[in-house]
Amino acid sequence: MLAGDWEPARIALSDEQDLNALQADWCLGRRAVGLDVASRRVLLDDASHITADGILIATGARCLELPSVNAAGSPLVGIHTLRTLDDCLALRSDMEASPQRVAVVGAGFIGAEVAATARQRGLEVTLIEALPVPLGRVLGTEMGAVCAEVHRDHGVEVRLGVGVKGFDGHHRVEQVHLSDGTFVSADVVVVGIGVTPNTQWLQGSGLTLDNGVVCDATCLVAPGITAAGDVARWPNNLFGETMRVEHWDNAIAQGTHAARRLLASDETAEPYMPVPWFWSDQYDRKIQLAGRVQPNDEVRVITGSVAERRFAALYGRADRLVGVLGFNRPRHVMQYRNLIAKGIGFGEAISMAEAQ
Amino acid sequence: MEYKVVVDYDLCESNAVCMQVAPDVFEVRDDDFLYLLNETPDPQARSRVDEAQQRCPKQAISVVEG
Repeated sequence: MLAGDWEPARIALSDEQDLNALQADWCLGRRAVGLDVASRRVLLDDASHITADGILIATGARCLELPSVNAAGSPLVGIHTLRTLDDCLALRSDMEASPQRVAVVGAGFIGAEVAATARQRGLEVTLIEALPVPLGRVLGTEMGAVCAEVHRDHGVEVRLGVGVKGFDGHHRVEQVHLSDGTFVSADVVVVGIGVTPNTQWLQGSGLTLDNGVVCDATCLVAPGITAAGDVARWPNNLFGETMRVEHWDNAIAQGTHAARRLLASDETAEPYMPVPWFWSDQYDRKIQLAGRVQPNDEVRVITGSVAERRFAALYGRADRLVGVLGFNRPRHVMQYRNLIAKGIGFGEAISMAEAQ
Repeated sequence: MEYKVVVDYDLCESNAVCMQVAPDVFEVRDDDFLYLLNETPDPQARSRVDEAQQRCPKQAISVVEG
């Protein structure tokens, strides 16, 4: 969509026929403002309420933002976040207006994909990241550095280890002021500094809120209440770690699991133990990661070469295979994703790779 | 019920989700392309093929009846 190749109709997830087939009552344009846990009653912003046998909390997350104002506090246009279709169309429109330079604040996946798309549109791009290595927490330090290099390969000016102090301009943004005292001239800015889960409507409900709605291992929040997607935080027993996953694939799989959990008894409920997976298309590279990586995990390239930007790498921790990263190696990612799910050892995985 | 699996290769981006769900039907090889191993899988594979169709990030898979 952002590249301009597709129009909105093509990204619709379902059509009217599919939606009608669900035979669901849709309360659109209504906001949930509160939840009575004991009576399982959702309060809506028009003061009405809905009582249900089962409730699935899937309120997602919203973008963290920087104040879109200049030094004098006047509002500036041209500063974007990217989450919704409207966000995308607004940014696309700004990119189509032949800006001088696009500054991307935050080199996470959103920032990286916007930077890549803007470069492919022939725009000048500066990518600003507060951490010394982008994506270090997701891909580890070594592979995060490779991602930064991919952007440099494609002519992006990459500024690492600097934060953003503020913006300046008249009506439209003209400059991004950085923490090291320098500035970047840009007339389009995209802020991709992460999201925060939409739990404000659950304040005071009695549910445990801690960077998301806290669930048990089966996605249950309270009797008859489950949660799924960006808003849900649950202990994934496969990794022995409590996690909140913001990826597309998890939203689907966890939604299904949470719905089934509502229909199951406490005795028959199953824990939700996925191997998180996502992909990110940047330039002509398809970057995929399956598993759960920590910055100090051992990393081993098992096929291809980093120099060619086409490889697969395995991550190990305490002799467990915990992650697989692919740059244009989807087959390997899926193979090893299955092995991560089986809980195989890191040494065993390396031996298998060497035997192939 | 017989059915046929169809892949729109213009849409396919080789994410290999289908291969994870139904490796006996879909295979992404080292050349990064998806190969359909069996266009007409047996009925036992149907639920997995349907899941692959639903999970495909590009909606590139369709199932034709008959």
